[in-house]
Amino acid sequence: MPQWLQNLADRFYTNFISENRWKYIADGFVVTVEVTFFAVLIGIILGFLIAVIRSTHDKTGKLKIPDFICKVYLTVIRGTPSVLQLLIIYFVVFGSVNISKVLVAIIAFGINSGAYVAEVIRSGIMSIDKGQTEAGRSLGFTYAQTMIYIILPQALKNVLPALGNEVIVLLKETSICGYIALQDLTKGGDIIRSRTYDAFMPLIAVAFIYLIMVMLLQRLVAGLERRLNSSER
Amino acid sequence: MNGEPVIEVKGLQKSFGELQVLKGIDTVIHKGDVVFVIGPSGSGKSTFLRCLNLLETPTGGQILFEGTDITDPSNDINLHRRKMGMVFQQFNLFPHLSIMKNLTIAPIKLLGKSKEEAEKTAYTLLERVGLANRANAYPNQLSGGQKQRIAIVRALCMSPDVMLFDEPTSALDPEMVGEVLNVMRDLANDGMTMVVVTHEMAFAKEIATRVMFMDGGYILEENTPAELFGNPQNERLKSFLSKVI
Repeated sequence: MPQWLQNLADRFYTNFISENRWKYIADGFVVTVEVTFFAVLIGIILGFLIAVIRSTHDKTGKLKIPDFICKVYLTVIRGTPSVLQLLIIYFVVFGSVNISKVLVAIIAFGINSGAYVAEVIRSGIMSIDKGQTEAGRSLGFTYAQTMIYIILPQALKNVLPALGNEVIVLLKETSICGYIALQDLTKGGDIIRSRTYDAFMPLIAVAFIYLIMVMLLQRLVAGLERRLNSSER
Repeated sequence: MNGEPVIEVKGLQKSFGELQVLKGIDTVIHKGDVVFVIGPSGSGKSTFLRCLNLLETPTGGQILFEGTDITDPSNDINLHRRKMGMVFQQFNLFPHLSIMKNLTIAPIKLLGKSKEEAEKTAYTLLERVGLANRANAYPNQLSGGQKQRIAIVRALCMSPDVMLFDEPTSALDPEMVGEVLNVMRDLANDGMTMVVVTHEMAFAKEIATRVMFMDGGYILEENTPAELFGNPQNERLKSFLSKVI
């Protein structure tokens, strides 16, 4: 075996095999996926609600107070760094209670992504021609039914690429979990680095894993888009 | 010749902010009437039509639909709209649904019809307008004339008591106007109550039982097509007709 290959194999062994260090990455991966998945879920539900409230307000002038609350929420969340939001939720909001860090991260990223998802979905709703609402209402559908059966399906389809983008951003954003000492994928790789004093191996490995996850997500979104578009050429 | 009143309009007014578009409209539409509304652009004829099913909320006056004051907020307008079909200039088909779903979504969700029942009705109506073979197509695969015929069928699937047409042929290529007018002619011959806002004067002459001339927010003249076109009284109507015919 040539010397350089032997070197590489040794480094691989020290970084991942010895003392079961690969577990930092494996466990971190699970945390990252967990946090991303549930945060996306919260983000979509929250974003959906806010988008519907805000566009209802824009179209009909109703829901003044909920709309105001939504606007404050959007301004605060989009106007402050997400690291800071995570720190505040962990050290201030849940400072005096014993709570799982994963849960804190899920809540923080869910609330954060809700703001961005809301604006994405709202832009989708506003992009649907007024005639669609009128056609729905003229048949006798209520405002809510028109929204559910006619506007939202079209709006969601239009914003699917942007939503996919939001999920990708969120997945990578969770790499700041280390700030509250939650061992996610990034933190896992970084711990290995601090133990082995070898930065290259663990950090590149982690980067590679993110890259593959993002590529998988992109394929998923592209597949969804294709399926939705097949109905309408 | 007059059946019972379907829509009674009393002192109808509509303002958009400072701009008053309808300044007091009084008329009665009876069962079986085919009323054509003509007039220059900006005369308020589309607004008048859109007020009839409250797509525009009137700022004054009353609209009685089958005896119920639908401008009274305590009456559920959604129930009344089921009986008032509307056809738009821009068709407004639902692009995310197949033609069959476009036609059946309202009867299924609103009238509680079964899928089979709704599809059967839709299919019969599709055959009537010659589009039965396009049931599984999507709106974007159809021509403008086909879309508008589908839009008419979509409204008919709710078995409305009156049909409102808002410039149904204005967005169509000239060679597609005929196919839509044919469907409307059939409807009129079947005794459907219709209110039509249009620029198709020849068509109005042919199938209208009554023609209204609107300008400046008022109905200036209202008569049988023979009288209104043949012997116009109002000066503005005379000048309007001299320009369009």
